[in-house]
Formats: sequence, structure tokens, C-alpha cells
Amino acid sequence: MNDPTPVATPAFLRGLRQSVPFLVVMMPFGMLFGVLGTEAGLTMFEVVAFSLTVFAGASQFAALQMMQDQAPVWAIFATAMAVNLRLLMYSVALTPHLGAAPLGTRAVIAYFLVDQSFAQSIAEYTRRPEMTMPEKTAFFFGAVLPVTVMWFATSVAGAGMGQIIPPEYALDFALPITFLAMVAPMLRSRAELAAAVVSVAGTLALIRLPYGTGLLVAAGLAMAAGVLVENMTDRKAAP
Amino acid sequence: MMVDKTVLWTVIPAMAVGTYLIRFSFLGFLGATPLPGWLRRALRYTAVAVLPGLVAPAVLWPAATGGEPDPARLMAALATLVVGFATRSMLPAIFAGAATLYAVQALLA
Repeated sequence: MNDPTPVATPAFLRGLRQSVPFLVVMMPFGMLFGVLGTEAGLTMFEVVAFSLTVFAGASQFAALQMMQDQAPVWAIFATAMAVNLRLLMYSVALTPHLGAAPLGTRAVIAYFLVDQSFAQSIAEYTRRPEMTMPEKTAFFFGAVLPVTVMWFATSVAGAGMGQIIPPEYALDFALPITFLAMVAPMLRSRAELAAAVVSVAGTLALIRLPYGTGLLVAAGLAMAAGVLVENMTDRKAAP
Repeated sequence: MMVDKTVLWTVIPAMAVGTYLIRFSFLGFLGATPLPGWLRRALRYTAVAVLPGLVAPAVLWPAATGGEPDPARLMAALATLVVGFATRSMLPAIFAGAATLYAVQALLA
């Protein structure tokens, strides 16, 4: 028998174990999506369908906000894709490690490519360069399985709760708080700060443009600002 | 504001397909094609470039108060940013923001 499973099992289990801290973060996040989805008028089925097929929390929150603001469909789609562009970077970074896996496996890996599974896998592959491709694949699936189950389960639980939370809890502001809480820890360098400042200033300056358009222009400028400041900092740091 | 169902069922499949294609791109068919350095750099800034702009109007002119700036929401946003920046972690930031929102609302009520 040429079954790779016995070799890969320890790697799978290691992935499972290391995903535990991520579960704690995922729990309220999924719950919140369920709650806010229901508050926005989505049914339980719609919340689950959204989470299952898109499986990218930040973009789902963004789309939810923009749909409530009556933004045009193309602007919602473009913003959601802009939020998810970071996944392109993950896809690039994992290719040297998992690119040799069979096409079917890679197609499944792609679906499960989220912030948590990427962060965990790339850290492990760097720590243990001796891992074989089947081990790397097994680790990836071990890392993403608990997070996936948690994301779907809490989305459902949140959707159930959303129907019973009264409106005076100012839930309209849960989305902005969630986004700010996601962004604040990312502001580690001057480049990231510059990008965030340009993003806010640009959106506010272009607020009269049709909904969503100003945000997209501002986001483009903000990315350019980030790269520019990073290049300047690099040059200063160079001997 | 309730979400329009036609919009919702256009947005969900479009986002599902688009997001999957982004994930599959390099892993699936671009394989060894290297990404230009400037693009690789730019992609790292997508989250910090989009999310702050997305929330800015909702922080300054919340729909719930008819577009009038609201001290509770402004303070909550500030608390979220400060705690998130200081702790480098999302959950304490969310709790700080929610606690500030309810505390200031209760004080001003």
C-alpha cells in the first residue's frame, strides 16, 4: 500500500493543536457576522450560504455594511475584492510549498486559504524546512479544520441570537468597531500608518462621489502611499 | 436599513467566485510565475488601505443618529484604535470599543 496518511498524521495533529489560539479569536467574529447579518435582514440560510461560499470574514462584513448603505452592486463587489486581494499574496507565498500537490488537492487548499491557515502554515514551514509536501499539506488541513468548523458554527449561532437582540444596543456600531479592531494591530510601521491615514482622508475628501467610488480611489492612493513610505524608510535604513 | 434580496443574491455568488479565483490563482494555474516586486509590496497594504476608509464615514456621521456626529461613537472608535494599537490584538480592542460606547451612552442619557 502506498498510503501517505501514516507519515502525514503527526503533521495533521500538529496543525490541529496549533490552531487552538485562533479558535478563541474566531468565535466572537463568526458570532458577530451572524448577529449583524440577521439585523440586516438576512435569513439564517442566507447567513450560512454567505459564510460557506465566500469564507472571507472581512469582505463579508464590508459587503454587509455597503449593502445596508444601498451601494451599487459593482462597488460592493469591487470593495470586497479589494479587501480580499491579500489572499493573492497568500496564494503566491504558499505556491513554493504546496504547488507540487495534485491539482484536486490544490483546488481544495485554495478554498480553505484564510488568514489563520496561511499565518499558521507559513510559520510552520519556515520553522521546519525539512517537511515533505504531503506533510505540509496535512499540516495545512489540520490547521484550518477547527477554524472552519468554528466559523460556520458561530455564524449559525450568531444568526440565531441576532433575531432576539433588541435595537437599542447600538449594533450599527459593531461593524465599525470590528474593522477598527482589525486594523489597529496592523499599524506596525510608518508605511502602514501612512496607508491608513490616506485611506481615511481620501474617502472623506471624495465623499461626494457616487457611493463606493471614493473609497476605491482612496484605497488605491493608500496602497501607493504605503509602498512609497516603505521605500523611503528602506533607503534611510540602508547603509 | 434592510438589505435588498436581489442585491444580496447577486453579491454572494459574485464574491464567492471572485474570492475563490483570487485564492486559486497562483496555487492553481500561475504556479511559478513570479509577481513583480512592486505589486507584492502593494498587496501587503490592501487591508490597511481599504478598512479605515470604509469605516470613517460611519464613525463621523453615523446613520443611527441621522448623520450627526455622536460623542459615544467617536469615543468608542478612539478607544478601539488605542487599545488595538497598544495590545496588538483584536479582541481587547473590540471589548474596549463596546464598553466605551455603552458607558458614554449611559453617561449622556
